[in-house]
Amino acid sequence: MKMELIQPFINAADAVLSETLACSVAISDISMDEEPYQRHATAALVEISGDIEGRVIFDVEDGTAMKVASALAGAELEPDAQLMRETVAELANLVIGNAVTSLNDAGFRFKVHPPIDHPAATGFRGSEDTEALVMDFSSPAGSVFMNVALRYNRRRRADQNPT
Amino acid sequence: MEQFPALLRATDRQPVRYLVVDDSVFARKNLARIIDSYGGSLAGEAGDGCTAIAEYDRTRADIVLMDITMPQMEGIEAAERIVRQHPDARIIMVSSVGYQENIVAALQKGARHFVQKPVKPELLYEVIKYVLGDAAVTAANAAAGANATAGE
Repeated sequence: MKMELIQPFINAADAVLSETLACSVAISDISMDEEPYQRHATAALVEISGDIEGRVIFDVEDGTAMKVASALAGAELEPDAQLMRETVAELANLVIGNAVTSLNDAGFRFKVHPPIDHPAATGFRGSEDTEALVMDFSSPAGSVFMNVALRYNRRRRADQNPT
Repeated sequence: MEQFPALLRATDRQPVRYLVVDDSVFARKNLARIIDSYGGSLAGEAGDGCTAIAEYDRTRADIVLMDITMPQMEGIEAAERIVRQHPDARIIMVSSVGYQENIVAALQKGARHFVQKPVKPELLYEVIKYVLGDAAVTAANAAAGANATAGE
């Protein structure tokens, strides 16, 4: 998986998490994942189809999810499983939406599907042409794991029709 | 959450009525809180484009805050259908997917403005004021106007 696909997701996650958690965020671990995905806490999955296809999983520790929920709501909220699921789905939506905005401006065309819950403990392994990259974003508010498995479906139109 | 000068309808000095359309319950709740901080009234909610059309028909909200990526019918198509039926509808697209093609498509289909998520309440407030134009006044201006009229 090329950095041109990954970097927009890193930038978007960094920007959105820093803003919603109101603290600094850093990637503390990054690895290629060949095994089936192992869920850490509350997870949401977003599928992408078009010039690039694959999926991104957002996996957020419960305490971190509540901090994000409270920050987005502008008020301290009580822990609640449904609220955490909704928060993680919205966080995934925010990060992926911002990332695909950058990718679209770079010439890629695709469709982003609405986030769905990822309730299974395991699932979705990477493959030779769809490697999964796992990033652990750490902050004083806790960890957020982003698992990105994308591949080129078609080259960009500009690459297909060089002038 | 920061409170903003309440926006009222110029015609009857009642709170501006909003329809919030987003498939994320969390996002709808968040927007509802923001609307409350503007002194607004939540006229309705919808989780997809089809429901949004029906809810607009029912509520005729002053402002529609419409997400783009939604199941069944996406926000841009819903905006187009609402504006086709109600050319005066004031629709503001609110989406994390803010690339130029999406923005242009939404504006061409009749949306009045675009705000990218995460929503900054102070920015959305200014956009709503701009979109409402003369159709809205702030509570302070309404009070000043009423005092001036009483003093004549």
